[in-house]
Amino acid sequence: MVSEINIDLSQFHDVFFEECSEGMEILESGLLNLTSESDPEVINTIFRAAHSIKGGGGTFGFSEISDFTHGMETILDEMRNGKLAVTPEAVELLLAALDCLRHMVQCSKDKKPIDQALVTELRERLDAFISDSAEPVSENVTTNISADNSEKHEDVTIWNIAFYPRENMFYTGNDPFRLIRELQCLGDLEVTVNYEHLPDFSVMDAQNCYLGWDMVLKGNVSLGQITEIFEWVEDDCDLDIVQKNEVAEKETEAVEVITRAKDEPRSGRRRADKSGLSNQESTSIRVGINKVDGLVNLVGELVITQSILSRVCNDLGMDKNEKLNECLDQLERNTRDLQEQTMGIRMLPIDFAFQRLPRIVHDLSLSLGKKVELKFSGETTELDKTVLEKIGDPLMHLVRNALDHGIETPDMRVAEGKSEKGLISINAYHQGGNIIIEISDDGAGLNTEKIINKAREKGLVDKNEELTEAQIQNLIFSPGFSTAAMISDVSGRGVGMDVVRRNMNDLGGTVEVTSQAGKGSLFIIRLPLTVAILEGQMVSVADQVYIIPLLSIVESLQVNEKEINAVANEAELYPYRDEYISVIRLREVFNVISDDEDRVGLLVVIDIGGRRIGLYVDDVVGQQQVVIKSLEQNYQQVDGIAGATVLGDGAVALIIDVLGLVQASRK
Amino acid sequence: MASILLVDDSASMREMVSFTLKGVGHEVNEAEDGVEALEFAKTTSVDLVVTDVNMPNMDGITLTAELRKLDSYKFIPILILTTETGSVRKEQGKVAGATGWIEKPFDPDNLLGTINRVL
Repeated sequence: MVSEINIDLSQFHDVFFEECSEGMEILESGLLNLTSESDPEVINTIFRAAHSIKGGGGTFGFSEISDFTHGMETILDEMRNGKLAVTPEAVELLLAALDCLRHMVQCSKDKKPIDQALVTELRERLDAFISDSAEPVSENVTTNISADNSEKHEDVTIWNIAFYPRENMFYTGNDPFRLIRELQCLGDLEVTVNYEHLPDFSVMDAQNCYLGWDMVLKGNVSLGQITEIFEWVEDDCDLDIVQKNEVAEKETEAVEVITRAKDEPRSGRRRADKSGLSNQESTSIRVGINKVDGLVNLVGELVITQSILSRVCNDLGMDKNEKLNECLDQLERNTRDLQEQTMGIRMLPIDFAFQRLPRIVHDLSLSLGKKVELKFSGETTELDKTVLEKIGDPLMHLVRNALDHGIETPDMRVAEGKSEKGLISINAYHQGGNIIIEISDDGAGLNTEKIINKAREKGLVDKNEELTEAQIQNLIFSPGFSTAAMISDVSGRGVGMDVVRRNMNDLGGTVEVTSQAGKGSLFIIRLPLTVAILEGQMVSVADQVYIIPLLSIVESLQVNEKEINAVANEAELYPYRDEYISVIRLREVFNVISDDEDRVGLLVVIDIGGRRIGLYVDDVVGQQQVVIKSLEQNYQQVDGIAGATVLGDGAVALIIDVLGLVQASRK
Repeated sequence: MASILLVDDSASMREMVSFTLKGVGHEVNEAEDGVEALEFAKTTSVDLVVTDVNMPNMDGITLTAELRKLDSYKFIPILILTTETGSVRKEQGKVAGATGWIEKPFDPDNLLGTINRVL
């Protein structure tokens, strides 16, 4: 009999939740693409995703999730079978249900109570939809034998069982021997074999079943228990089960169930699905992110140790030893490769960050009454998981913004000679060690006049300051900037463009905008591929070495101290190309003093969202890839500093947070 | 102990079923869709196949029919994992040559009980 085993199902919960998320993504993108003309495979894929969530939910003890998904699945199944038309209303309802499902999964994951009102509301809507749209499916009710299960059979009963399999029984993988074995487990069994149908030896096919069995089963056995054993073969045999009441011995009162094999049409085979969503799991493993982070960290340490080792050996004059030199070179190459490979583990394709966008565009364009098409390219471009997770919200904001403020209403577009449908396209690609994401729209573009007026009004720009077109456009990223039109239900959710820029800056990246009135806007995001390593420019300030992210540097130039002019409010300006840029002296900002005050320094020109600023340093030392160590974790947060790193000689160097530094120096 | 081919596109399901079966000493070979399972079956024979129905690339019903065409799988028990209590799916399975079915949701005890019926 069955050995009782105790398995804790909660160990599979993480995988299940992860699978739910994947399933819900498939549901969402599928639903957004679903129209009445869709390929049947689209709906098949959606159906399978819902089906898996339902199945897993039931198995792993989340019956609420399972029950709820069942409602969605029913609609999808009806659509799949062509019983229900794919209408925009149906898709909207399914999307709303999906949101609710997402809520349920999240709550189950966080072990929080589920919003029952929401669940009930959507269940009712789903149920109403099914009963409204579809004819009630006449459920194929077979003889309900299992009802007998509930009846208690206290006494010993005797069953006469006549079991005559059809000849092809073995071809279903069933075996009379096993069925008889099961019957034996229920009680005393007497078996008589019937050879009647055994053909002549010459015509006998050894793979067919010609025997029949007449059996008498004694025990405290219900009819349900017996029919359960024959459940799988009831269509492949002649089966008579008759109860003999031992006491009364009245065969006439017997319950009789006769099931006869029917000739079934060999139809119903479904064609093999051709799904584009082939799962690649067999060639990958799931590893906890903390393990990967641990590895990344260790490799970082290794890189530092390796560069210290090289330096030490150089200092000792060991470089004359050829063999040692070779080994060091080898070590350097291997370390570099190891680092690259390790970083690769954390790399994911950027389309993870794109997944939410179609839905947002869908919902928003409906509520704004605009028509828009969303196009992606370069979805497979890879970047670090941490970076990926943090660009989701900014991307969403930029897309919302483009749709809300950029794209015009269909009427306006037609009036301007554009096509009724607007276009928002997102393109991602690698460039050097960076990833570039471009978000463009063919909408109205930025209104520079409005922006500059607003900025002056808010005191972000001096009355007399002359700004280039590009500078004005990039003012939208300034903290505290928002034009009246910007506060709407859609974009004005407390997340402004300054937050977008702040987020990008935190990741060591930049965002800027170029726009042409009437033609549209283009937002360009530049990000490092990883947050663990930085291409840095080392600069010296007094005796200290600081690191400036190479990404933000425009150029470094020698300047004549006389050309730096202090203006009234103590800000210093330098004539750079055809503009004046403000100068920040790192010595002053970091309060490091040394006695060689009048030496000639260098101006490192950096770019913050189209705005140039000069950092005055003593010297540039060299460029190096540095491993970023968190200052917050090891010390505390410091304004203007993004982190620290250990240099080849073992010294600690601070990494400058360019945007933070500029803001800190203004105060 | 038996060697079992387990086919399901859901990783959590596979993990759970596989864990349960291995726990009582069975050898489990996993495949994530019908195509992969069929490839495996062409080179290796097992004592039992347990397959999900709804899967990408090749569903469980088609897989069953395909397996029955292989000499070494002619009489091997094939159990179908199904959530559909309705008889349509079961009948499709039977037509394709399935031995029986296991209704989802099931717990590990259910699963082992059912599997013992065909081993």
